[in-house]
Amino acid sequence: MENLTKKDFTSDQEIRWCPGCGDYAILNSMQKALPNLGRKKEEFVFISGIGCSSRFPYYMNTYGFHSIHGRAPAFATGIKLANPNLSVWQITGDGDALAIGGNHFIHALRRNIDINILLFNNEIYGLTKGQFSPTSQKGIKTKSNPHGTTDTPFSPSDLAIGSQSSFFARVVDTNPRLMQSIFIEAEQHRGTSLIEILQNCVIFNDKTFDAITGKDFKKDAQLILEDGKPMIFGSEMNKGITLNGLKLEVVTIGENGVKEEDVLVHDAKEEDPTLHAMLARMQPPEFPAALGIIRSVKRKTFDSGVLSQIEHEKENSKFKTIDELINSGDTWEV
Amino acid sequence: MKKNTEPIDLEKVVIKFAGDSGDGMQFSGNQFTNTSALLGNDLATFPDYPAEIRAPQGTIAGVSGFQIHIGSIHINTPGDIADVLVAMNPAALKSNRKSIKKGGIIIVNVDSFTKKDLEKAGYDNSPLSDNSLDEFQVIEAPISKLTKESLKDSQLSSKSIRQSKNMFALGIVYWMFNRPMTPTENFINKKFSEKSEIAKGNIKVLHTGYNFANTIEAFSSSYTVKSAKLEKGRYRNVMGNQAIAWGFIAASEKSGKELFLGSYPITPASDILHELAKYKNLGVKTFQAEDEIAGICSAIGASFSGNLGITTTSGPGFALKGEALGLAIMTELPLVVVDVQRGGPSTGLPTKTEQSDLMQALYGRNGESPAVVIACSTPSNCFDWSFMASKITLEYNTPVILLSDGYLGNGSEPWKIKTVKDMPDITPLIAKEGENYQPYLRDKKTLARKLAIPGTKGLEHRLGGLEKEDISGNVSYDSENHEKMCNIRSEKIKKISEIIPIQEVYGKTNADLLVIGWGGTYGSLYSSVDNLINEGKSIALTQFNYIHPLPKNTLELLNRYKKIVVCELNSGQFANYLRMNFQGIIFEQYNKLQGLPFTTLELESHFKTLLD
Repeated sequence: MENLTKKDFTSDQEIRWCPGCGDYAILNSMQKALPNLGRKKEEFVFISGIGCSSRFPYYMNTYGFHSIHGRAPAFATGIKLANPNLSVWQITGDGDALAIGGNHFIHALRRNIDINILLFNNEIYGLTKGQFSPTSQKGIKTKSNPHGTTDTPFSPSDLAIGSQSSFFARVVDTNPRLMQSIFIEAEQHRGTSLIEILQNCVIFNDKTFDAITGKDFKKDAQLILEDGKPMIFGSEMNKGITLNGLKLEVVTIGENGVKEEDVLVHDAKEEDPTLHAMLARMQPPEFPAALGIIRSVKRKTFDSGVLSQIEHEKENSKFKTIDELINSGDTWEV
Repeated sequence: MKKNTEPIDLEKVVIKFAGDSGDGMQFSGNQFTNTSALLGNDLATFPDYPAEIRAPQGTIAGVSGFQIHIGSIHINTPGDIADVLVAMNPAALKSNRKSIKKGGIIIVNVDSFTKKDLEKAGYDNSPLSDNSLDEFQVIEAPISKLTKESLKDSQLSSKSIRQSKNMFALGIVYWMFNRPMTPTENFINKKFSEKSEIAKGNIKVLHTGYNFANTIEAFSSSYTVKSAKLEKGRYRNVMGNQAIAWGFIAASEKSGKELFLGSYPITPASDILHELAKYKNLGVKTFQAEDEIAGICSAIGASFSGNLGITTTSGPGFALKGEALGLAIMTELPLVVVDVQRGGPSTGLPTKTEQSDLMQALYGRNGESPAVVIACSTPSNCFDWSFMASKITLEYNTPVILLSDGYLGNGSEPWKIKTVKDMPDITPLIAKEGENYQPYLRDKKTLARKLAIPGTKGLEHRLGGLEKEDISGNVSYDSENHEKMCNIRSEKIKKISEIIPIQEVYGKTNADLLVIGWGGTYGSLYSSVDNLINEGKSIALTQFNYIHPLPKNTLELLNRYKKIVVCELNSGQFANYLRMNFQGIIFEQYNKLQGLPFTTLELESHFKTLLD
């Protein structure tokens, strides 16, 4: 295997995102992560829809396809079924995946086709210049709703879990190391891996995730989940998450008799998604935002199912060619 | 009058099986078709069924019909009107009353002519007792009663017994036309191999019907239809949708490309999906997508990944696919879109035929987005055209739209089986490892670009819907480049006319009237023109399969005729397309928008008026 580096994955195209856009960090992290996967460069395919994030494939020196608005999961499905050896990455945004492409998004997750979806969630439309998106917070004032939105936003994690997603992770664009490690894990997961990236739009929705990513308090606002580890966080690493009845609760270890062993231990492999959904719903200031791999369960993939049926039929059928097929059944000689 | 005389030999006959949509008329029709095909008749069939799965029982809306035209001569259409009608209930009689030949035979299930059934069909009085059917020979058969009687000792449920009465009707018609029952017996035994009680019951009822017809002395005679003089070879019966599916598999085998179908169920195209879904053993991948758009997008993705990507649909679905089709045109990838047309606009007439998607196929996309448009013209040549559509799309790397229609898709006829060896070669245009690959560098002769398939070392590149720079394929907003690329995309399609055969004419090159048709109207246009030629009329027919581009001799051909009439099942879309392409030539029109095919009768009468 040749030794690939970040440079091998960098295309010669000039990057046209706004200066300061969170997309740069994601691109960088991806270009750094791919050489660690032990795959050949020509096996990677990046596929996108429409939007700022969807320009991503042009900047990757891999096979790439910048398709049409919202439909990338369908293209990715065709690409993967046609050649299951490929490593297929879908790049999408909150408008592309959850508005116009909502249908394809949920169906990809339910089928569990072996692709990786990077959902750049900046809670706004960027390329069309600043309208609200399906994840924009309620009440936000934008050009297309100057009096404030009356829409209720989607929660990508709830949508994913409701669609029986087998892998759901969340990262912030300010943590490149976490992004890299999650990209690698996502690629190694068999099935649809969904990674929600909280990504800052400097122009139309700046600082929207500051409550999570703000330098001064991010340690108290982020819970980075690790499988098998207790859910401990905070600047002094003394806060934890416990379950009180049917609700999560933030506790301080050492206070009110709370011990470390009272804190929940993360189990990303648990089939039952209830706790995963609750963790993913946590929001500052009451809770830290859950980051890292929230859910990663084994489930048969769509592509392997399709292929094994084809192999089975090929082995067990008496017809091997179209000639044999069309000469079978009722035929007669003239 | 027992069958003691020799059966009467008929050149051709049209039979229609009609009943409630749960009465199994499609089954009876199909069995009669297969048996007749095995006897060597030429034939054409047309099923006519409601959009609802089970419309209210006994009503006109719930009538399901199957028409079959068999002959010892060449048969081109399922026939205008029936010589024999099997009517399983009053509604079936009422809805077909106008399409039975004067003097024709009507076989009714007299048991279903109760007061309630008559009311449901909207009859005030029973047509069996008010002399309204005097111009026909009516055979009143107690089909329900005798079916029940013959199965009284069986273990079958009363529902199963009721459902067997279509076999009684089939038995009657088998006797009338001296058909053997063995092919149907074999079929039933195979179909119900694990339910031998049902198989035995069905076969018993079939025989009971046959014997009933032999015994009752109601038929003045039985009939034969001798085998037709078809070209030598091995034959089978084939339906249009089935033939389309097989043509794609043949193209896949010939080109060495795996076949991928991305589709969403829609009437009347779903049978192509059903047919292809059976052949995983031949490596066919079928993907029933979440919607029409995902169907076409997955097919484009599969083509990008190196498969032969196709999608199948009907008018409303085709409308949804427009944007993605534009992407395939921009990215110049192989793709065949099959549109089995039905009545529109909107949901329209899902189970009825029409040719009204022509303009949508030619122009129904944003921007200047030319695609190849081809139309099938008989149920069996659907095989050749899906093969040809695949060949063009793989060799030119440009999308092809293949137009069929409900009439072709569900119609069937005997087909002289082809072998893949004799089909033309298909050479996909693909770049190889080690090439200095430029995604939009073109073949000088055809203007086609090469594909580079993901997984091929060193040919990594990006495609997309944004305008491409000539040769490099990089994103380009340059105004002159855009104009150049638009011209190239259009020119590339035009160049395909170099490889398509010249347009042929049936009839004299200087006839007084040239009839023009395209696609699925071929059978009825050919029959009527042929009849008129035999009557000594100066008339000729040319039927188009290549719509865009048109064959290169089209203008020269049109110029030979003084009077031209364009016949189509829409309000004049092809006529307008010809006017646009050939200004100055006068095209008269003959159009029909009733969800039904042309009848030869109406065509002949119209052509006679034009010739006077």
